[in-house]
Amino acid sequence: MIKFINVSKVYKNGTKALENINITIDKGEFVFIVGHSGAGKSTMIKLLLKEIEPTSGKIILEDKDITKVKNRRIPYIRRKVGVVFQDFRLLPNKTVYENVAFAMEIIGSHPMEIKKRVPEVLEMVELGEKANDYPDQLSGGEHQRVSIARAIVNNPPVLIADEPTGNLDPDTAWEIMKILKGINGRGTTVLMATHAKDIVNCMKRRVVALEDGKVARDEEKGVYEYEF
Amino acid sequence: MNMSFRIFKNVLKQGFQGMWRNRGMGLASVGSITAVLVILGMVLIMILSINNIVNETQSKFDEVQVFLEDSVKEEQIEEIGNKIKSFGGVKNLSLVTKDDAMKIMKEDLGDKGYSFEGLEDENPLPNSYTIQLENIEYADKVVENVKDIKGIEGVKYYKDVINKLISTANYIRVAGIIAIAILMFISVFIISNTIKITVTARKKEVNIMKYVGASNGYIRGPFIIEGILLGLIGAVLSILIVNYGYEYIFHFINERLYVIFTVYLVAPYTLLKDISIMFVAIGVGIGTLGSLVSLKRFLNV
Repeated sequence: MIKFINVSKVYKNGTKALENINITIDKGEFVFIVGHSGAGKSTMIKLLLKEIEPTSGKIILEDKDITKVKNRRIPYIRRKVGVVFQDFRLLPNKTVYENVAFAMEIIGSHPMEIKKRVPEVLEMVELGEKANDYPDQLSGGEHQRVSIARAIVNNPPVLIADEPTGNLDPDTAWEIMKILKGINGRGTTVLMATHAKDIVNCMKRRVVALEDGKVARDEEKGVYEYEF
Repeated sequence: MNMSFRIFKNVLKQGFQGMWRNRGMGLASVGSITAVLVILGMVLIMILSINNIVNETQSKFDEVQVFLEDSVKEEQIEEIGNKIKSFGGVKNLSLVTKDDAMKIMKEDLGDKGYSFEGLEDENPLPNSYTIQLENIEYADKVVENVKDIKGIEGVKYYKDVINKLISTANYIRVAGIIAIAILMFISVFIISNTIKITVTARKKEVNIMKYVGASNGYIRGPFIIEGILLGLIGAVLSILIVNYGYEYIFHFINERLYVIFTVYLVAPYTLLKDISIMFVAIGVGIGTLGSLVSLKRFLNV
């Protein structure tokens, strides 16, 4: 599904963000990527989203080498990867429904299909009743649920969540985790970069710990960190 | 409706929206494009009219008229004629005597010719030769030679006039090209700034579009459409201004001044089709270029 083969990334200013990363993530996995700020989590996500290119190594997504692709192919790679950010990134002048439908309009989906699919997805994130609300009428957790709905509405095989609970209180964070778990349960591979120790420890999922740009730990049913 | 048509419709809609939301700067953009094209139209009409004058009167330019002094006797007239014939470049030589000149003048004046009745005896018109040149190139040389002959009162030819016309046309052309180039540059700049405002206003949206996998064309499309629309509106306005404006001026000259003059001007509407095609192409070109400049500078997709 996703493979990093000997991937290194050195930024133009000389910062070594990733060094020789080798990870294989199978279809349907739920993987936490943990580590301190600057450990390389964001760089990994940016590589998968084709915002940057690796300095060396190979990245494979759904059996396709995406290491070096032409600019105009990039949008089609991004359609395979839904993404959720810490800061939600909703359009304030569009309703919940429109924010989600927007993602389908962009890729030219049939209006009938949009009308059918958007309520379905809003139901999945338990926002069916807020379809006509504007973002400023929503709570933080609801914001994030809209952004999750938008990320999965086009059925991407992979969902990347970059600190999705970073701006939320613990209870709301758990709501979000429940939803992500549900999405993963339907077969979507989920990659979540996070600082939330409690969540990682309770979920008992695969944990990839990055330290100074290297994989320090990669364990099934892992925890955030060991206390010595 | 298939997928690409829906995408096209969306892009078009966003382009219109962008233009409408940003209409203040849009007005400045349209104004600058209109200015460029109106000036271009004026220069074109002037140059074409001058070319017309040059062409229409070309036939007269291969003639040189040589006026003889009254003191010159008839034998001398023939002698002068032979001398002129010996110069290179002279195709034909015809003598116009005082009497011929009087007849021609009377004919030219038509009804008013009677005012010359009784003047036959003391005819004030000189004897003259009309030289037909093989080619207008010879004009200067022949005129110089003729001037050296004794008994010549004066020489009249049209080459100085045509030279002045041609150099005027050249000045207009050069000044026009410079003005148009500067104005085009300014227009592209104004449009790129107009588009920049739309880009900034939609930065967040564009960012989301990128992550959801909107194609580069889908993201750029609306901005380019906005530029094209601005160019198109500018083009339509300038086509109207140039055509109606010129028609008005043409009729003004025709009625108040000389009909003779308007004969040489380009008739209104004969240029409508050419000007329309040219203006739409240039307007759309400036608009598109402005958008592209802006996208290159402010939108990283």
